[in-house]
Formats: sequence, structure tokens, C-alpha cells
Amino acid sequence: MKTITKFWIGIAVLIILSPLGLILPDHFKVGSAWGEWGVDEMQKLVGYVPKGLEKFSSLWSAPIPDYAFRGWEQKPLANLSLAYILSAVIGILICVFVVLILGKFLSKKE
Amino acid sequence: MHIPDGYLGPATCGFFYLLMLPIWTIASRIVKKTLNARQVPLLAIGAAFSFVIMMFNLPIPAGTTGHAVGGVLVAILLGPWAACIAITVALVIQALLFGDGGITAIGANCFNMAFVLPFAGYYIYKAISYKVTIDSKRRVIAAGIAAYLGINIAALCAGIEFGLQPLLYHTASGQALYCPYGLNVAVPVMLGEHMLIFGWVEVIVTALVVKYLQKQDPSLLGIREEAA
Repeated sequence: MKTITKFWIGIAVLIILSPLGLILPDHFKVGSAWGEWGVDEMQKLVGYVPKGLEKFSSLWSAPIPDYAFRGWEQKPLANLSLAYILSAVIGILICVFVVLILGKFLSKKE
Repeated sequence: MHIPDGYLGPATCGFFYLLMLPIWTIASRIVKKTLNARQVPLLAIGAAFSFVIMMFNLPIPAGTTGHAVGGVLVAILLGPWAACIAITVALVIQALLFGDGGITAIGANCFNMAFVLPFAGYYIYKAISYKVTIDSKRRVIAAGIAAYLGINIAALCAGIEFGLQPLLYHTASGQALYCPYGLNVAVPVMLGEHMLIFGWVEVIVTALVVKYLQKQDPSLLGIREEAA
């Protein structure tokens, strides 16, 4: 088997295992990454919400926020894990598509 | 390490976009000259790998999470400029589609994770494995050290960017406008958590894949040797 095929299999395995990145933090009841808090968390942490942060924090509404489908925030971990895997698949397909297009322009012909 | 919208002030965001513009331009030019068309799928795998490895959030029981970036490995295989492009693609998609990292902070996040990280990692790897054969054990060690230092230097940069905000932007009464934590908190936290936990994930994936390729397909470790 070619190494590149093995790499793709490796990526597929990582996609399937990716919900670990959701389940482990949940299990240990840790919050957000440092410096990636939402407005409510910020209020609790420092007692106020910095004005600029409040203004810009909702600047962009991503279609699949935090690798979870909109309205799924309260769903059980199993559903969120499924959304996480689907997000990984979608994200990676787009990554590959974009790099293959870029690669058309950014590579030398042999 | 994905700085969200609202944590960096407008001038900081603008500064890093302006800084990344020439880096992206040079990266495009260099990759166009050095990347073979048949290596493009490998570049796509690099972007995919970086994307998915960043989803593996690990908890620190004190109450936060973080992850590896995978960028040092991509740089070792394809060079730092190609790695810069692959990681940039992953970061931009994470920001736009998944809200992971702010759109105003794409410049800063790319500077930390798509520029500082692969470049620091690549040159540390090159320095330690200088004139060493492809199958040498020293390459595995070089890959591990490069991965550890690469991600930690990137985390240090993120810590400095966060930590400068309260100095740069505050109200007359002293309330921060953006990130409220100064250098005295942001730098030790960002650096500390990556040195303790997340950096080791970067070490393990980088060193293991280099070791695997030494056995299975050493030619992939030689791509950069021919180019250099």
C-alpha cells in the first residue's frame, strides 16, 4: 500500500476518534480554552465584560459554531459527538478541496 | 491558541494581517517553485491532519483545554513555506465555518500557528539533524525537540499578544477593552499549559510519524533534502 493511502487511513481514524476532544474535557468538567471564553464566562471571571470584547465577540456567526449544529447545545454527548465527527468530515473535505485547487496554481509541472 | 474575535484590539488585528500578507505572498511564490505537482496531495493531507489534530482538545484538570497543531510535522515533510499554506487553509476554515478563532484574529492566529510554529520547528529540526542520515535515531529526537519548541514558541507569541491588550486598550478607569489579562498572567498560562500538556502531544505525533516513515517510506523524509 502506498504511504499516501496509509496517511488517508490515518486521517480517517483520527476523524472517528475526534469526539475524544469533546468527551475528555466534558468528563473533567473543564471550561473553555484559556482566552477563548464567551461573554458570560468573562463576566464571571473578571466581574465585567470588556466593552470592545462585547462589541466584537459576536461579529461573526459561524454556520457550525464550535463543531456543533445550531440548536444542538443541549443535546446529549452522543449527538454532539456525531456532530463533531461530521464537522471533522466537512472541514477536512473543504481543506482538501481548497489545497487541491491552490495546488493547481502553486506547484511546478514536471 | 485560537484567539477569538474581541480579544485583540483593532490595531493589533490589523498589524498581524499586514504582517501575514507578505508572508503569504512569499510562501505562494516559494511553494510554486519548489512543490512538485505530485506532492500536492501530501500538502492536502498536511492541511487535513492539522485541521483534525486541533480538534483533539485535552483537558487540564485545573479548568482549561488545549490541543496540538501538527504543524511541525508538516514542515519537516514539506518545508516551512508549504506548511504555512497548509495550516493557513486549516485555520481559515476553522474560523469561517466553525467559529474556532476569530475572523479579525486570522492574521494573528496564522502568525502564531502557521508561521512561527512551522518555521521554528523546521529550523530546529534541521539544525539538530544536520548532516545526519535519513535513518538516524537522531532525526526522531530532532523531530521531538522541534515539535516541543515549535508549539511552545507559538504559545509564547499568543501569550504576548493577549497580554499586551490591557496595556494598549483600556478605559480611563482602567477597565480593559479587549483581553483583560496582562502579560503577567497571559504569558505564564499560555506557555505553561503548552509546556506541561499540549506540547507533548505535538512531540508524540511528530516523533512517531518520523520514526514510522524512517521504516516505511524514507523517501518522504528526503523531499526536503533534495530541495535544499
